[in-house]
Amino acid sequence: MRAFTNLYFELDRTNKTKSKLRILRDYFLSVSDEDAAWALFFLMGQRLKRLVKTSDLKRWASDSCGFPDWMIADCYDHVGDLAETLALLVKAKTKVSHLESKVEAGLSDFVSSALLPLRGLGSEVQGERIQSLWNRMDCAMGFVLNKLITGGFRVGVSKTLVIKALAEIAEVDPAVMAHQLMGNWEPSGANYRALLSGDASKQETGKPYPFCLAYPLEIKKEERLDLLLGAASDWQIEPKWDGIRAQMIHREQECILWSRGEQLLNEQIPELASVVLESEGAFVLDGEVLAWDFESDVVRSFSDLQMRLGRKKVTAEIQESVPIIFMAYDLLEEGGVDVRSLSTFERRKRLERLFASLESPLFRLSPTLELVGGWDAIAAERLKSREKRVEGLMLKHGESAYGVGRKKGTWWKWKVEPYTVDAVLVYAQQGHGRRAGVFSDYTFSIWKGDTLVPFCKAYSGLSDVEMKSVDRWIRSNTVSRHGPVRVVQPDLVFEIAFESVQESSRHKSGIAVRFPRIHRWRKDKPAKDADTLDSVRALL
Amino acid sequence: MSRTQTLVCLREEGLYCPAGDFFIDPWKPVQKALVTHGHSDHARPYMDAYLTSSSGLPIVRERVGRSAHIEGLDFGQTLKINGVQVSFHPAGHLLGSSQIRIEHKGFVCVVGGDYKLEEDRSCEAFECVPCDQFITESTFALPIYSWEPSDSVFQSINEWWRQNEEAGLTSVLFAYALGKAQRVLCGLDPSIGRIGVHGAVDIFNKHYLAAGYPIPETVRASRNTKEQFQGKGIIIAPGSTQNSPWLKQFGERSEAFVSGWMTVRGSRRRRGLDRGFVLSDHVDWKGILKAVEGTGAEFVGVTHGYADALVRWLKETEGKTAYELNTLYHAIASGEDEENGKELS
Repeated sequence: MRAFTNLYFELDRTNKTKSKLRILRDYFLSVSDEDAAWALFFLMGQRLKRLVKTSDLKRWASDSCGFPDWMIADCYDHVGDLAETLALLVKAKTKVSHLESKVEAGLSDFVSSALLPLRGLGSEVQGERIQSLWNRMDCAMGFVLNKLITGGFRVGVSKTLVIKALAEIAEVDPAVMAHQLMGNWEPSGANYRALLSGDASKQETGKPYPFCLAYPLEIKKEERLDLLLGAASDWQIEPKWDGIRAQMIHREQECILWSRGEQLLNEQIPELASVVLESEGAFVLDGEVLAWDFESDVVRSFSDLQMRLGRKKVTAEIQESVPIIFMAYDLLEEGGVDVRSLSTFERRKRLERLFASLESPLFRLSPTLELVGGWDAIAAERLKSREKRVEGLMLKHGESAYGVGRKKGTWWKWKVEPYTVDAVLVYAQQGHGRRAGVFSDYTFSIWKGDTLVPFCKAYSGLSDVEMKSVDRWIRSNTVSRHGPVRVVQPDLVFEIAFESVQESSRHKSGIAVRFPRIHRWRKDKPAKDADTLDSVRALL
Repeated sequence: MSRTQTLVCLREEGLYCPAGDFFIDPWKPVQKALVTHGHSDHARPYMDAYLTSSSGLPIVRERVGRSAHIEGLDFGQTLKINGVQVSFHPAGHLLGSSQIRIEHKGFVCVVGGDYKLEEDRSCEAFECVPCDQFITESTFALPIYSWEPSDSVFQSINEWWRQNEEAGLTSVLFAYALGKAQRVLCGLDPSIGRIGVHGAVDIFNKHYLAAGYPIPETVRASRNTKEQFQGKGIIIAPGSTQNSPWLKQFGERSEAFVSGWMTVRGSRRRRGLDRGFVLSDHVDWKGILKAVEGTGAEFVGVTHGYADALVRWLKETEGKTAYELNTLYHAIASGEDEENGKELS
């Protein structure tokens, strides 16, 4: 545990990619394959599920440090990280120093002897075990332990970086390593060795390919698309669907559907998973899962799709009321052969050929835009996005291969401009993670007659400097407090951007907006000039 | 409760003693200001007359201006102001920092100002002053704040500096220019390399040297001396210099902040620092409870910081009569502290 704790804090200490890469490499090379496997598991963001209850953990910490619940809650509001709060409180009591911290087991032994056996034990026994671990750990190690059992293990290294470090050790291309690690990777010494030797056969495992991601295209008014991107004919233009990005792996006997978050979707979308298509050999499609209105043959809203995916149990009823389709727009594997290195135009040709022989109403081919009229026509098409119920356009360079991750210049997403309203800051709460201790989570209101009604929360969009100055303003303009929430003078106005708006009985304002974020601070506007509920309802 | 509100109370201008007709660390211009220490949220300009500790006087003068009318009172010496007995006692926060003891008709109130109990080679040690009413700060009044002995922190700082020296990096240590910077300077190991300071730190060093505190030899880090710090040495600078062109001239650096706030990972990560060293010139949770207990005070007024939690704890667990005093220390940070309104530790 010491080596892993050190790894955590060394990674946490630096914000330079080069150093992080070196730290990861040094760690992987110095520990056993078993420890490396578990470290990889946690660093990739996977977690030990259902180990202990968070409420129990708080209670054990309260027993250990002798502080009541309200004090733990106050500290948590300030620290913004539960694992860290509990570690700090327990240490203040136990005073275990770095040198006295005695947990000799390596990560893998620790997980298998101390953590996994917690599963299924009564909460009293779990508590005794955790408290006895805390008593033998310094603050840093206690913090890492708390992170391992509460999940949400984030240490400022991206999955891509971990993959890069491993690829360097194995001396393979990062894309190959990324593919091997897709899906549910099981942490074991054998699997780790297989990774490094490249034995894990890609095609049999049903692992998804890493998704190619697009950068947002941000163009200023005066900029010309042809100067920025070249001839329109070099590009393939598609609608940007508003659904769930997914990859469909089709083998002879099965269909495997992975979300972009690498979750298996088969259980949630049984009707897609059960379709076995008549086709030659295996193929893999990249596309979007959408809720579909078969009567009018148009896409339904994302919130309809959410209604369906949010359910634990997929009933026949919900399958009926929210039918689903897979809208394909790329081909990654054809006849069992990886075709990602072919050009976008070539992959498209093959995708169309494949679809000519596929017959299922649940599988659709996403259209491409006719390019007559060049960029002007494309720009005009983008403006029609809302009426076509899509988010905007996708621009894919015709000669580009299907990349791994986000690369600039080959795929662009050109979203329609968001809606904006000017709203008044009314409540604030301290944030989490790197925003801990700063009032960074805000609730905004708009006018309904002469009262302000809360209409959305937003967490992002301000620069660090702005956030700091809003934080200071909040501290000296608090009217009242409700637990961690500060009610502030309704004075500051911000321009809030959002993607769409819909009726909602759950919100006081009667409307809910999607992806609200702060566009800018309207220092020029007094609160009385903020927008009204009526003006937002007009967007419905 | 009535006497506690009459001897020292809160006014629009600051903490006020009606019987003596004077203010303590006021934030608006008044006739007579008793000042606990030289940090700019406590020692503000434009008061008609100041009274502070003799050893803190040069620093307070640095803050409020050459022409200000300032008198000094030695620690422990008493003075009558309109029949109210006043004396200054070391607070252990920085050079000359004081608690102010106010006695009237047999009732004693001590205004703690900013204080700490930990050892500090750069200032007088905190003195426990028995009283009926104690007014305490609460900057770090949450039990997550629990300071390590300063020697072990200096050991870590020197170790970090030594490693940077070997790796050919300039070590930059951000510290509040008055108090923290000098405390850190007294803990550095000059055998590791050259020590540079930002001008804002340098201004105060001379007062520490004049008072006989062991500030090591330093060089003012500037355009003229930058060669001495490129890829080597350590520079002590205020946090506001992070990302500044002034700092960039020294080339590749490892940057660290030294502050009590560094206890929490979030505040370190937010600043994009390589390291955070936990060392504060404010009192931690246990220190507050110890100080309150030491004074024997029954009434405890809590100013700036995490007053809610402390007040509740003092009432429920320690059986004290505790209440919040809503002072403006920190909240309206002036000029140079703007960037680090919270960094006065």
